[in-house]
Amino acid sequence: MGQLLTALPAASSKVPPRKTFEPVKILLTLFALGIGLFMVMPLVWMISASLKSEVEVFQYPIRWIPETIRWSNYQEVWAGMYPFGIFYLNSLKVTIISVTGLLITSSLAAYSFAKLDYPGRDFLFVAYLSTMMIPPQVLLVPRFILFRQFGILNTHWALILPGIFIIFGVFLLRQFFSTIPNELSESALIDGASHLTIWSRIIMPLAKPALVSLLIVSFVWRWNDYEEPLIFLNTKELFTIPVAMTLFIDEFETRYSLIMAATVSAILPVLVVFLAGQRFFVQGVVTSGLKG
Amino acid sequence: MKPLTQRQRNQWIAGYLFLLPNLLGFFAFVAVPVLFSLYLAFSRWNLLSGAAGIRFVGLDNFITMASDPWFISSLVNNLVYAFFTVAFSIIIGLFMALLLNNKVFWKGALRTMYFVPYVVSLVAISAIWMAILSRFGPVSQFARFLGIENPPVWLMDPSFAMPAIIALGVWNHAGYCMLIYLAALQGVPKELYEAAEVDGGNARVKFFHVTLPMISPATFLLVITQIIASFRVFAPVQILTQGGPGRSTTVLVYYIYRTAYQNYRMGYASAMAWVMFVLIFLITMIQWRGQKKWVNY
Repeated sequence: MGQLLTALPAASSKVPPRKTFEPVKILLTLFALGIGLFMVMPLVWMISASLKSEVEVFQYPIRWIPETIRWSNYQEVWAGMYPFGIFYLNSLKVTIISVTGLLITSSLAAYSFAKLDYPGRDFLFVAYLSTMMIPPQVLLVPRFILFRQFGILNTHWALILPGIFIIFGVFLLRQFFSTIPNELSESALIDGASHLTIWSRIIMPLAKPALVSLLIVSFVWRWNDYEEPLIFLNTKELFTIPVAMTLFIDEFETRYSLIMAATVSAILPVLVVFLAGQRFFVQGVVTSGLKG
Repeated sequence: MKPLTQRQRNQWIAGYLFLLPNLLGFFAFVAVPVLFSLYLAFSRWNLLSGAAGIRFVGLDNFITMASDPWFISSLVNNLVYAFFTVAFSIIIGLFMALLLNNKVFWKGALRTMYFVPYVVSLVAISAIWMAILSRFGPVSQFARFLGIENPPVWLMDPSFAMPAIIALGVWNHAGYCMLIYLAALQGVPKELYEAAEVDGGNARVKFFHVTLPMISPATFLLVITQIIASFRVFAPVQILTQGGPGRSTTVLVYYIYRTAYQNYRMGYASAMAWVMFVLIFLITMIQWRGQKKWVNY
């Protein structure tokens, strides 16, 4: 059937003449834009409310651009009872160390699984794969107990260590490494290069798109993770941003302009990382087809 | 058996050394917790009684579950949540992908607008939902504008709390479905549409006989991954409703969380987590078996 189809006359695939006015395209764009605006409306409302006085937040019809822009809401969030800066540093620390560790150990393991041959390799890889389907909630209780035994409960290590060993990272990189032709590493081996050199000089540079995808996807997941810090941390000074958010929700109760200012502050870094690396994020999400 | 060459021996050693850092972590933070949790599932253990208090009780936990009204409610609620969230996310995602696959301007910007809710943390989304669904929030105001005099207090109303949580899930996930569908749509060969046109097929025929079958692998992937994801719903429930009003929004992970960290019943919580895993596994297996009937590769 494929042959038959390609043998069809190519008349219809010729480039149509460029039109200056395309009403259908304009109408479809307007419709698509309407849906897009609907999708971002809650976010726009959040930004708008974060700059309003409490009274204005609930005025109807909604005034999208506040009458007077109140930056003082942010001041209250950042310099109030719970200083936002500390939570930022906590989140940055946990996320950066986890993601760095994840990229290094996963790419080493992926090289081992994809490019080296040794007894037990396939068995270990199957063991890795079989744990990928287990929901993380199954692991929360035993990890909580083990961390208590190790004495790392209520420290950042309780977030960093599980964050480094996310099996999905090994899987994603292993799949990508497998597509790199073996001839490259073979010829380097003949030239006397060590496996460490091949990994760092040949494989890693070639796998850059996959590494960047994994970097951005795991950055966003780790930054947004809520359950682990909720369960593993007790001391408020150690909280990462998602759990810290709940402090603000409790503190400000129904003062939604302040809650929204805290929310904007919380999601800004993720939005920046996402918008800056959107191409790689999208690639990572599409190729992996998984949410962690 | 042939003696190992120097090169082979090097490869063995390198293989284990490269794997070692990750393998150690895999054992300590994945494999051991999995096995430990399996053991706990067959034990009774109150965290406050210390390590000596673990008692092996066989199937007791699973028997308790069968007559625990909270567990049964949370299972039913979770299935309701999964069904509606997955169905709406996939349909809306497909609709958005079809729009973008058409001739429209600003494709990149529109795709970003559709997708951006997916990267916002669930805690932040919950905070936004809390504000817009509050008593005098914009949603209630809009309902009054439409002439509904006493709009419900959405999150405190037993018949509206779950739909509000579902809406949050759909808003969060539709963009992801759009992205997967967009990639699939771009892989549909143009020749197929042309062939359908030659046969006199209209837009409806092309959609149902070309597009849908050709993107069925994406649908299959989405159904599976979205069902798995919808069994993980937790933050919105914990922040917005605490499982209430009554039991109306208590879902599995939330009930597991309460059992473990408010009642300290670690064994029972582990048993429920494993039941959840087996359920997800069975649902996935059934779909895997059923895919031959409707998925085209």
